[in-house]
Amino acid sequence: MASLPPDRHLLRAKDLIDARYREPLDVPALARAAHASPAHFIRRFRRAFGETPHQYLLTRRLERAAALLRTTDHTVTRICLEVGLTSVGSFTSSFKRAYGVTPTAYRAAHPPAARRAPVPTCVVMAWTRPQGRAASEKPRRAGAASVVGDR
Amino acid sequence: MSLRVAYVGLWVHDQDEALAFYTERLGFELRSDVSLPEMGGYRWLTVGPPGQPDIAFTLNVPAPPVFDEQTAAEVRTAVAQGRMGGFILNCDDCRATYEELRGRGVEFSQEPTEVPYGIDAAFRDVSGNQIRLVQPAPAYA
Repeated sequence: MASLPPDRHLLRAKDLIDARYREPLDVPALARAAHASPAHFIRRFRRAFGETPHQYLLTRRLERAAALLRTTDHTVTRICLEVGLTSVGSFTSSFKRAYGVTPTAYRAAHPPAARRAPVPTCVVMAWTRPQGRAASEKPRRAGAASVVGDR
Repeated sequence: MSLRVAYVGLWVHDQDEALAFYTERLGFELRSDVSLPEMGGYRWLTVGPPGQPDIAFTLNVPAPPVFDEQTAAEVRTAVAQGRMGGFILNCDDCRATYEELRGRGVEFSQEPTEVPYGIDAAFRDVSGNQIRLVQPAPAYA
């Protein structure tokens, strides 16, 4: 049996984020899933998927929050906690950075759930996750070179 | 005109490993396993779900002469990253099938979850291709 390319192990960590984003996941737990040290894991994940595991986790949570805003009447606070985030303030600012509007305005801009086409969840999860710098959890410091930290 | 899906190609990392996964873990049937000397030993390897004899998956390794070495490596990497799609299996009882497959060592990436169109779960084949296991709600069956 040929050995698997290393990315297969990274994919396990990515799948773990998709499955367990509600839980208090951290980079060391993800690194264990990928059988790597945290620093090595962050580097390899970023090389394979173009973003850090932390960014991927945050954008997955924001994507799920956006889906809940579109499909439920749960409050913004409840949705924040439901997707595994703990601070409503930083959730609201991260959401606004990613989607350009507040969670409340985002909800108001979308049609009621009953009028939406039945697209499988996996497709929604793959296509509506915010990308790139918009996903940063903190505002960028002026002159900061890197995209986002890994904690 | 009559068109029916007969074969769907899947990229796998290793044919023996894929065959073991699809037959021993997933319970698919081996449909054909033929080496063709006139094609440099190309191995036509197909498997299919029991109860659907007219559809099969071909298990192909990205390799020369179809791909140059660099492209083959890129495709293998894309498969291992889960970027090459996959397929959806319907079943009558998602939770029972999940338990059965898990008992055979299938590695699930999503436990059975209620969704508007039924109950679905997800796993990956041994190469990284995503397979979803859906018990359709009556309206979508």
